[in-house]
Amino acid sequence: MSPSLRLILVWAALMLLLALTVGATFLPLGHWRTVTSYGIAMAKAALVLWFFMELRSDSGLSRLAVLTGFVWIGLLFLLIVADYVTRGWTAAGAF
Amino acid sequence: MSNSALHEPFHDLARQHETDRFGMLLFLASEVMLFGGIFAAALGLRMAEPDAFAAYSQKLHLWLGTANTGVLLTSSLLVALGVEAARKGRYRHLGWLFIAAALLGLVFAGIKGTEYWLEYRAGLMPGVDASGIEDRTQRLFMNLYFVSTGLHAIHLSVGLILLVALAGRACAGRLGHVMAANVGLYWHLVDVVWIFLFPTLYLARPV
Amino acid sequence: MNRAAPPNYLEAGYTLKSWLLTTDHKRIAVLYLLGISFFFAVGAIAAALIRLDLVTPAPDLLTNEGYNRAFSLHGIVMVWFFLIPSIPNTFGNFLIPLMIGARDLAFPRLNLASWYIYMTGGLLTLFVVVTGGVDTGWTFYTPLSSIYANGNVVAALTAVLISGFSSILTGINFIATIHKLRAPGMTWGRLPLFVWSHYATSLILVLATPVLAITLLLVAAERVLGLGIFDPRLGGDPILFQHLFWFYSHPAVYIMILPAIGVVSELVTASAHKRIFGYWFVAYASLAIAAIGFLVWGHHMFVAGQSIYASAAFSFLSIAVAVPSAIKVYNWTATLYKGSISWDAPMLFACGFIGLFVAGGLTGLMLAMLAIDVHVTDTYFVVAHFHYIMVGGAVTAFFGALHFWWPKITGRLYPEAWGRVAALLIFVGFNLTFFPQFMLGYQGMPRRYHVYPESFQVLNVLSSAGASILGAGYLLPLGYLLWSLFKGARAGPNPREAVGLEWTTSSPPPPHNFTTQPIVTHEAYDYPPPGNEG
Repeated sequence: MSPSLRLILVWAALMLLLALTVGATFLPLGHWRTVTSYGIAMAKAALVLWFFMELRSDSGLSRLAVLTGFVWIGLLFLLIVADYVTRGWTAAGAF
Repeated sequence: MSNSALHEPFHDLARQHETDRFGMLLFLASEVMLFGGIFAAALGLRMAEPDAFAAYSQKLHLWLGTANTGVLLTSSLLVALGVEAARKGRYRHLGWLFIAAALLGLVFAGIKGTEYWLEYRAGLMPGVDASGIEDRTQRLFMNLYFVSTGLHAIHLSVGLILLVALAGRACAGRLGHVMAANVGLYWHLVDVVWIFLFPTLYLARPV
Repeated sequence: MNRAAPPNYLEAGYTLKSWLLTTDHKRIAVLYLLGISFFFAVGAIAAALIRLDLVTPAPDLLTNEGYNRAFSLHGIVMVWFFLIPSIPNTFGNFLIPLMIGARDLAFPRLNLASWYIYMTGGLLTLFVVVTGGVDTGWTFYTPLSSIYANGNVVAALTAVLISGFSSILTGINFIATIHKLRAPGMTWGRLPLFVWSHYATSLILVLATPVLAITLLLVAAERVLGLGIFDPRLGGDPILFQHLFWFYSHPAVYIMILPAIGVVSELVTASAHKRIFGYWFVAYASLAIAAIGFLVWGHHMFVAGQSIYASAAFSFLSIAVAVPSAIKVYNWTATLYKGSISWDAPMLFACGFIGLFVAGGLTGLMLAMLAIDVHVTDTYFVVAHFHYIMVGGAVTAFFGALHFWWPKITGRLYPEAWGRVAALLIFVGFNLTFFPQFMLGYQGMPRRYHVYPESFQVLNVLSSAGASILGAGYLLPLGYLLWSLFKGARAGPNPREAVGLEWTTSSPPPPHNFTTQPIVTHEAYDYPPPGNEG
């Protein structure tokens, strides 16, 4: 497969994912909608990183460098969420 | 930034190119952390007022936002194709592809500007005309929307300048594929940030 | 090799332009040294004002607003314009390429840009000072900073933001250099621990500083545009600011201490003429401190309204982060055991560091415990704790590095006796200044107040007296180090008989560091085993 064709196929997949994520907004998914929309966003980002940004032909070190940014911001989210979710807990109600 | 000539402190060109790319990737990791702070703020607001957040998300222009997402993804494709062309030594193709990508970037900016104008018309622009804002959570949501899309737009503008500058150099024959790829990386980051901004702001609509 | 090439980097051009447009990492290090020395003086003047005012219980030297501006200036300048760049941008810049056998850093022009960005932030800070300053503290807590504070808050936020970009670029430069420019044979396992520490520091610089940038930007937006995300009246949360601010600012203290720790590893091995005990423990401990250090920020927010469960998690992690630091202290001690110790100034500074860092670290453990923290938070106990680490630790290590590598940087030897006097004076002055503050804090004297009960006056006077001795201790090296530039004996390549690539080249080094590419075949601290010295 020529590299250019591969890139165009990736683009097509991205467009499909975009259609899916917008379509999912209208479905009665309840709380799963958030999971779906971010899940699809992560899939899109992964495609852009892997193919458009050429991480597929990069060294493990380069991939680690990019991945670390995402993991690290995840840590910020995790502990902020831990605070917000548990602020209302009392000793009686928590466990 | 470097061109393809070997320079201090490197002994070999392959190592120099590798290092240039690696430095760019490290910079991208720092940009992810930068935008992460705004996402954390959005997360905080959404956790505090989930229903209100959803209601106000619904008032954004979903179809314009969707179109913008498509535009940016397509411009990313053109940049990636351009870098591929550079790798094959086809610098004129690179030049045209980067110009086309920049034009799509301008289209993005145009659509965004249209949205801002519509929001101003509807009185949803705090600080300028907040007559349409119903309560403080909506004000907060709109503020977050303007700050995060504004910061993204600033990065997009920098990317536009880089794309055009590099297209010029490519057409003049003074560009290496490593620098093209590095500018491409920056543009793709602008795209990735939007990929996450879109669901955060536009797709949080009521269940 | 070109016979007409200048013999060392100081002689490669005498014009201002050759300095201001240099891309030589050694010259940039010297430029940074000048910059940070200036800002150290500015921060020290603010400290002098604080300690003078605190000699009496009444608010008689400065007004309340003036006192707030003094400690804010002290904090902002010392943190961002002295401590954070001090060791990395002077000694890191100078030594990392030398230690790994490279001709320069990976991105020399970016290095120069870093310095210009740093100086721009610094100049903007001076502007803020001259136009009255800010009273928000270096921590810029909302809603004071975002709504109520008078003064040049936005300019101060911008100045710090600008300095942050300088940090990020330095971090990128160091990481890329250490990965990609090591000389043949310089494996990761042969790197000096100074390099490992700076690598860990650089990870923090790249990952944490951008969060500071966005946080300060949001505060400025709140102040100028009325954003609202930190304002409870608009539905925002001031604790969100604290989360975002401390996510950077706690790792920032590791940016300040990890390079100092790297320096101490070098000083201890060279002074004992002995290889480090437990090389990999010390190396990995640096990475562990950097990583775990990102997960403890909530310990600054125990009484702020954070969830008690989150606080408990942060407390546990804050205790855990002490473990790698302790490991290093044990390793240094074991290194010194049966070493052939030279009691020069660098060794005295290193010993001062170890003692004061342990004291600071133990009090840090006390603060990590929720129950104790509730009692001593926002008191002088906290102030003493962080000054033991930052001043007793980082600044002491900075002076140790200055003395240890002075011959390499300048090609001159300073009078060692004076160096020893300075080290002792600094140690005595430091303890007299800050130990009484532990006692004051434990008895309840709040920080950032210049009014206090009469019963606290004795301890405050002792502290201020100590500060004057400490000041003398810091001024003394200015005298004999400058003297040595003109009258000091010339140094050979390796006056301390230390092991390391930087000691294999001339003092000062040639512009591109080495005349031939080094090829590394030995371990990092390849000293002869004890008992074998000649």
